[in-house]
Amino acid sequence: MAKLRQCAIYGKGGIGKSTTTQNLVAALAESGKKVMIVGCDPKADSTRLILHSKAQTTVMHLAAEAGSVEDLELEDVLSVGYGGVKCVESGGPEPGVGCAGRGVITAINFLEEEGAYDEDLDFVFYDVLGDVVCGGFAMPIRENKAQEIYIVCSGEMMAMYAANNIAKGIVKYANSGSVRLAGLICNSRNTDREDELIMALAARLGTTMIHFVPRNNVVQHAEIRRMTCVEFDPTHKQADEYRALANKIVNNTNFVIPTPIEMEELEELLMEFGIMEAEDESIVGKTAAELAAEAAAA
Amino acid sequence: MTTLSREETDALIAEVLEVYPEKAKKDRTKHLAVNDQTIEQSKKCITSNRKSLPGVMTIRGCAYAGSKGVVWGPIKDMIHISHGPVGCGQYSRAGRRNYYVGTTGVDTFGTMNFTSDFQEKDIVFGGDKKLAKLIEEIEELFPLNKGISVQSECPIGLIGDDIESVSKKAAKAIDKPVVPVRCEGFRGVSQSLGHHIANDAIRDWVLDKRDGQPFEGTPYDVAIIGDYNIGGDAWATRIILEEMGLRVVSQWSGDGTIAEMMNSPRVKLNLLHCYRSMNYISRHMEEKYGIPYIEYNFFGPTKIIESLRKIAAFFDDSIKEKTEAVIARYQPMMDAIIAKYRPRLEGKKVMLYVGGLRPRHVIGAYEDLGMEVIGTGYEFGHNDDYDRTIKEMGDATLLYDDVTGFELEEFVKKLKPDMVGSGIKEKYIFQKMGIPLRQMHSWDYSGPYHGYDGFAIFARDMDIALSSPVFGNLVPPWKKAAEEVKKAA
Repeated sequence: MAKLRQCAIYGKGGIGKSTTTQNLVAALAESGKKVMIVGCDPKADSTRLILHSKAQTTVMHLAAEAGSVEDLELEDVLSVGYGGVKCVESGGPEPGVGCAGRGVITAINFLEEEGAYDEDLDFVFYDVLGDVVCGGFAMPIRENKAQEIYIVCSGEMMAMYAANNIAKGIVKYANSGSVRLAGLICNSRNTDREDELIMALAARLGTTMIHFVPRNNVVQHAEIRRMTCVEFDPTHKQADEYRALANKIVNNTNFVIPTPIEMEELEELLMEFGIMEAEDESIVGKTAAELAAEAAAA
Repeated sequence: MTTLSREETDALIAEVLEVYPEKAKKDRTKHLAVNDQTIEQSKKCITSNRKSLPGVMTIRGCAYAGSKGVVWGPIKDMIHISHGPVGCGQYSRAGRRNYYVGTTGVDTFGTMNFTSDFQEKDIVFGGDKKLAKLIEEIEELFPLNKGISVQSECPIGLIGDDIESVSKKAAKAIDKPVVPVRCEGFRGVSQSLGHHIANDAIRDWVLDKRDGQPFEGTPYDVAIIGDYNIGGDAWATRIILEEMGLRVVSQWSGDGTIAEMMNSPRVKLNLLHCYRSMNYISRHMEEKYGIPYIEYNFFGPTKIIESLRKIAAFFDDSIKEKTEAVIARYQPMMDAIIAKYRPRLEGKKVMLYVGGLRPRHVIGAYEDLGMEVIGTGYEFGHNDDYDRTIKEMGDATLLYDDVTGFELEEFVKKLKPDMVGSGIKEKYIFQKMGIPLRQMHSWDYSGPYHGYDGFAIFARDMDIALSSPVFGNLVPPWKKAAEEVKKAA
């Protein structure tokens, strides 16, 4: 019996973390692995493709209804979906009230205390809200939780900024614990030389691009049906991409303390790939009128 | 007199600081001073109202303590909700002995604890709905309440609950003031910011609510500001003021009501006892309503008489005459107390370490008994407090701000006072060292100490402590060392 591997998926909001995670988990389940997904996002959309549901009832909502989290049983919050994948959503408040971070902490503590991480599991995947805005969203990477972090990104500038910032967060916890960066997953947005760019970024961060997931509309077609691509059309070549990613993660041993780069270095990289143009210092702080006046004078 | 010279006191400070690491020493140096009566501004000699260093065992409280515990708590006909987890309210419940008249649980609520008792789900989903429900239930169960205050505990500020909008809505629904107070404990460096926040909340949500309504005033209307009626202090104060011919419209906030507060903008003079906790609202009433305020001191006959004449000077001759009559009437009582106790207490030395107004206000009362205060300090004072302290204290006496556990112990060991006036955290330390200690926050469950009546009790209590035979059976460590040396020799 192999040791339980706990992985957390981070990345910029809207990059496709939840979709990638669920497709990847579906591929793992298909190959016989026992997997659990823990959604760490108040939106609770980390398990819908596995469960074919709109949004799973979350730990925190059930706790609020029951009175307190101590009143809950594990089976109340755990649902089983495609391929025997166990699903939990931490849940949290509506935007603008309460403390979503505390919800994540409470939910994960509950799962641990109740023994959700049982011996049969091969993998736990934490699907975490885009930005690590406070301590609560760093909960999955603290001591004795996820040891492997995968960052989903694309060749877009902001996605790469976010990846670098997440790497900074990992360094903080890596120095005091066992959490490591395990690789970048490129979820393609069809930008130019995207694979080379992400590989270059990965190299700077001291890791690798573990897989390049090409863009394919079949993923969206499956999503409309609240299914993963792996389940919706197992014969599709996109399903093979997720199988390849799953296989690489199973065999991955390249876990590192990342070496996040300075903003200047990141900008140089973006300029090298033509995503960003060199800054023209002469135009900084000039209004349109001033620029027009200068143009007229020239 | 065996007090130290200026140089000796300086040397004492240096010696005590010697054990600190460089950084701590540098910081603490600024908070310790040798009193120099020639200095006008305390900022030249002492720093105050700064963050305490970790590890110093400060006795300071938090902003919630300053707001709920000190300023708002004693307003007896309001219900004060400790909004957040249960502990802050429960462990501070009825702790300050703010006496009041009324039927608790019916029309007054001073010693009760109301809390929203936050659970995990309230943190995660926010506590606004719970607060709204709580106010509804309060109104149903305690319909004679005259208003509600929402005292924020730390989590409220962290999760950003909108207690203002809940309060506004609830105030409309129950047609009573509902006052949100942002006194989260982590704000500021001590309870002092809590006092300020509480004063501001009264200013913004309470004070002007009766403006423009009819009020039958008299030329002799005053308000007692900053008396929390600990052990009945405000009552002892009120008796004297009424005998002077003044009408006390409101007591802030000991045995006080919200209606009294709303009527305060109509008084002719605000009488400010605890400057530290209520100077803010006094200044506001001066600016907005043109009501002057004067600081007074009702500890011990000397200061009482001085204060009475100062207050009377604001009014016409009828008040001045009555005031002289009051002074004359009580003089024999004061003389008798002094005749009884002074011979027993003469020359005894005291070190104080308390909060609010007491580090300077009680000096006169001790002096009336022939005692001398040789060291004093404020738990959460600002420099305007020290400005007012320099002239009260003897030259070359010791001043210590936010004193650390270590420093106070060392100073006491070296200065060897006959008694210490401080709080419950210090009480047993010094008593075990063989030094009598009276709690000067709570009057050691005695009181009142304010006014003429209070002085009788103050004098008796100091005598009880100093003359207790128990301390004769305890040998403090330094005396023990001397005895052993003697034995050895």
